[in-house]
Parts: sequence; structure tokens; C-alpha cells
Amino acid sequence: MPYKIEVDMDLCQGHAMCEVEAPDYFKVPKRRQVEILNDEPPEEDRPQIEQAVWACPTQALSIREEED
Amino acid sequence: MTTAIVPRVSGGEHEHGHLEEFRTDPIGLMQRVRDECGDVGIFQLAGKQVVFLSGAEANEFFFRSSDDDLDQAAAYPFMTPIFGQGVVFDTDPERRKEMLHNAALRGEQMKGHATTIEREVRRMIADWGDEDEIDLLDFFAELTIYTSSACLIGTKFREQLDGRFARLYHQLEQGTDPLCYVDPYLPIESFRLRDEARLGLVELVQEIMNDRIANPPKDKGDRDMLDVLVTIRDDEGNPRFSANEITGMFISMMFAGHHTSSGTASWTLIEMLRHTDVYADVVAELEELYADGQEVSFHALRQIPKLENVLKETLRLHPPLIILMRVARGEFEVAGYPIHEGEMVAASPAISNRIAEDFPEPDSFIPDRYQKPRQEDLINRWTWIPFGAGGHRCVGAAFATMQIKAIFSVLLREYAFEMAQPSDSYRNDHSKMVVQLAQPAKVRYRSRSRPAATSGPG
Repeated sequence: MPYKIEVDMDLCQGHAMCEVEAPDYFKVPKRRQVEILNDEPPEEDRPQIEQAVWACPTQALSIREEED
Repeated sequence: MTTAIVPRVSGGEHEHGHLEEFRTDPIGLMQRVRDECGDVGIFQLAGKQVVFLSGAEANEFFFRSSDDDLDQAAAYPFMTPIFGQGVVFDTDPERRKEMLHNAALRGEQMKGHATTIEREVRRMIADWGDEDEIDLLDFFAELTIYTSSACLIGTKFREQLDGRFARLYHQLEQGTDPLCYVDPYLPIESFRLRDEARLGLVELVQEIMNDRIANPPKDKGDRDMLDVLVTIRDDEGNPRFSANEITGMFISMMFAGHHTSSGTASWTLIEMLRHTDVYADVVAELEELYADGQEVSFHALRQIPKLENVLKETLRLHPPLIILMRVARGEFEVAGYPIHEGEMVAASPAISNRIAEDFPEPDSFIPDRYQKPRQEDLINRWTWIPFGAGGHRCVGAAFATMQIKAIFSVLLREYAFEMAQPSDSYRNDHSKMVVQLAQPAKVRYRSRSRPAATSGPG
């Protein structure tokens, strides 16, 4: 099932934990907030996206399930 | 603008209002504010009215406010004599974020920090025998001096510290009597000891600086922040930073992460010893996890669900900061009540974390409340606030969580622990703004790898 990465920019503090977990999908430049490189990753990368969502210290990231 | 009048809590008839009660039983006072006044109430701290907020709506206002509206720097007068007047680093949240963005707390540093923390724990327990007693405050306050100095300042600096630095730092933290709200320089014993401790730290740092000047780093790889600081000169060619200033910088870099991590590590262990079923589950979880042969620096950055839930529940019941304060820089309205410019505004993890409507059986230790679908930390984002919330949320939260996981990954697999004093005799000392474990806080350890212990569960 397709899914989408969502981010609440009010919460992102730029810890870059997501970038550690899933560098292909998240980039956090020094002193800045997260940039999502591709917000609709393929199903096979779901585990690393889930790990990135879990690792975010401010719970700024979430996964939204999309309708087919 | 509302004309309602914020209710004032009972008591506080003395010259300094509720200050004496705040110095002896701050949690009792704050709970009474909530019980008598609801989400918004007033108590009096020396010459200041403190508008005390609790509950989701009032807390959301508190945590969403910008620093221009609710000023943090002016709210903690006890910090100035600790950091030193005019020290460039201070409690300004922008400076804190600076530390995050200056890399020490960024994600890619965490693996290295986990390795450092494991090494420091192993050094602390290197001289432990098969069994003995330790005092949790002494042990964790010293350990976290080494971990925070190594991770936040540098391992080279950490290598030049010993127990003297830890003891002086603790004495400094003790100099945070709420009488600072009358005057942080009153002639009282704990302020005198605070100033003496700071001078002692400056002396130790001066020795280290002299050593750095006499033995400059051979190459870039051997150079740390202190090596750089001692070489900076002003326009007249004199050293730009004195030992006093450099000590102040280092004190402030370590401050937010030290007593908080030390207390949380202690309470995590105490709560496991009080709940032996939970303790056994966590040990089993760690053994299963580490059966894959991976390093602590691998697992401390990944999910350790049972230990994480224990930590969350420990933080809910024993938040290291019991009150967060600001000064209002304008006129505001919260939950139908006015806040006036110049008033102090406070929120309290100790009170909000135990609101019964949000946390059923609020005084009970129930790590399962964080399991899906309950997830009481995520659902109650404005009342589950051991790390604060919103834009001011603790930037060290990820580091702190990783540190607890690393510490207990080592300790609980190597040693079995039990209480060495009655369960209810472990308590916090609330007489200072920096809350610390009250002594004695003894526990007994026993090696789990002794031949006799290998035949049965530890």
C-alpha cells in the first residue's frame, strides 16, 4: 500500500536523527530543518522510514497511508 | 482582554510569600495551586507573582510562546553566579540550539557518544569487586561528569578530570537555593559553598590550561576546543579568555545535561528495584538483544522497548526539572485569565505528568502505559512533559535517552542490583532549584559472571 512521509515543521529542531536512519530520504543541513528528498518511498524501504520516524526526538515525522 | 482575576493559592502570609514552602515542599505547593485554583493560579515567590499553569490548554500556551513573549533567560536568577557574570554561554535557548547545530548533539555524533559512554561506564566499574554497596548519587553524578565532558567538550579534556571536578561540580549545583529569588548573593552557607566550588573549578581548569600551553598539540587531530581557546589573543596580544571565563563556558555546556542525567539514571534503577518483575523483563530483553553479538553503540541507538518504557515512566514520575519558568514580556490571556507584563509564568512537569485524567493511576509505576494503543506520552503531548514541549523542548532528549540505554546495557548485564535500604527511603532533595537524589541512596551490586551465579538466574 502506498504511503507518504509527513513532517511538522513546528516541531523539527534539526537533530538529523532521520538522516542517520534513512539518508536517501532525509537531509538536515547544519543549523537548518529537515528536507525530505522523496516523500513517497517504495514499500521495500518502509522499515528504514519507520526507524527514522521512531528516532525523531521531537516526533516531527509521521507516515500517512494512502489509498491505492 | 479579560478582567478575570487569577485565584491565589492559600498560605504564603509571610514576608516572602510562599518562598519558605517552595524551599521545603515545592511539589506540595504546586499541587495545591492546581487543586485550589485549577489550570491557572498564583503563588508568590519573594517579590514576584508566579502565574502557575497546568493541564493541556494552559501548558500549550506556555510551550508555544516565543522567547520574545515568555522570556526564559530572566527567569533563572540562580544561574548567573554559577556560570559567572558576563560568560558568553548562558541559558538563552538560542545558545542551546547552537550546541545542537554545532554538531555535538547531531544525529551523526550519537554512535561515537554511545561508544564513549560505554567506555566511561566500564571505567567506573573497573574496580568493583564481586559484591558491594554504592551510593547512587555519588556514582551517577561522577559518571555523568565524565560522559558529558567527553561528549560535549571533548575526550581530551575529560582525560584531565578526576573525582575532584565531579565533587566541586556537585557542590556548585547545590548552590541553587530558591532564596536566589530574593537575592542570589545573600550571605548563606549554600551560596558561599557555591562560590567556593566555582573558584575550585577555575583552579582545576587553570591547571589544565597551563598544561595545554606548556604542551601544545602536535597536530590538528590532537587539538580540542580548549587548545584553541588558550591560543586566542586580544588586540593587545593578551590571552582573550581567562580561566574564569573558560570555566564558565564549560560549566554552562555541561549544566543542562548533568544533574538531569544523573538523577534519571538513579531513578531508573530505583524503580526497577522496586518492581522486580519489570527489572527481570528488562534484563531478559537486553540479553536477547545482545545475543546477536552487536556492540552497545549499535543497540543504544535502536529500539529497546521495555527499557525505553521504563525510562519514560521514570521520567514521568521523577522529572529532573520540576518547574519551568519564564518572565512575561507582554499582556496575555490563557484559559480566560490575564497574564501581566513582568509576572513570572511557570509550568511543572512534576504536576502535569501526574494529572489523573491523562494518566490513569497517576502515582503508580506502569511502563505499559506507553505500549500501543495507549501511548500516553504521545497522546498527552502537552501534559507528558519531562523534556518540556514545543520549540523549547530539551535538545538533549535524544542524547539523554541513548545515554540511559547505553549505561544500563552495561550495568544490568554485568551486575545484579538490589536495594540496600527501605524502598520508600529513596527520595529527592527538593530544597534547591536543582533537584538531586537525597543521600543515603545505597544499592547493593553483585557480579552476574561469578561461577556461583552462572547456574541460576542472577
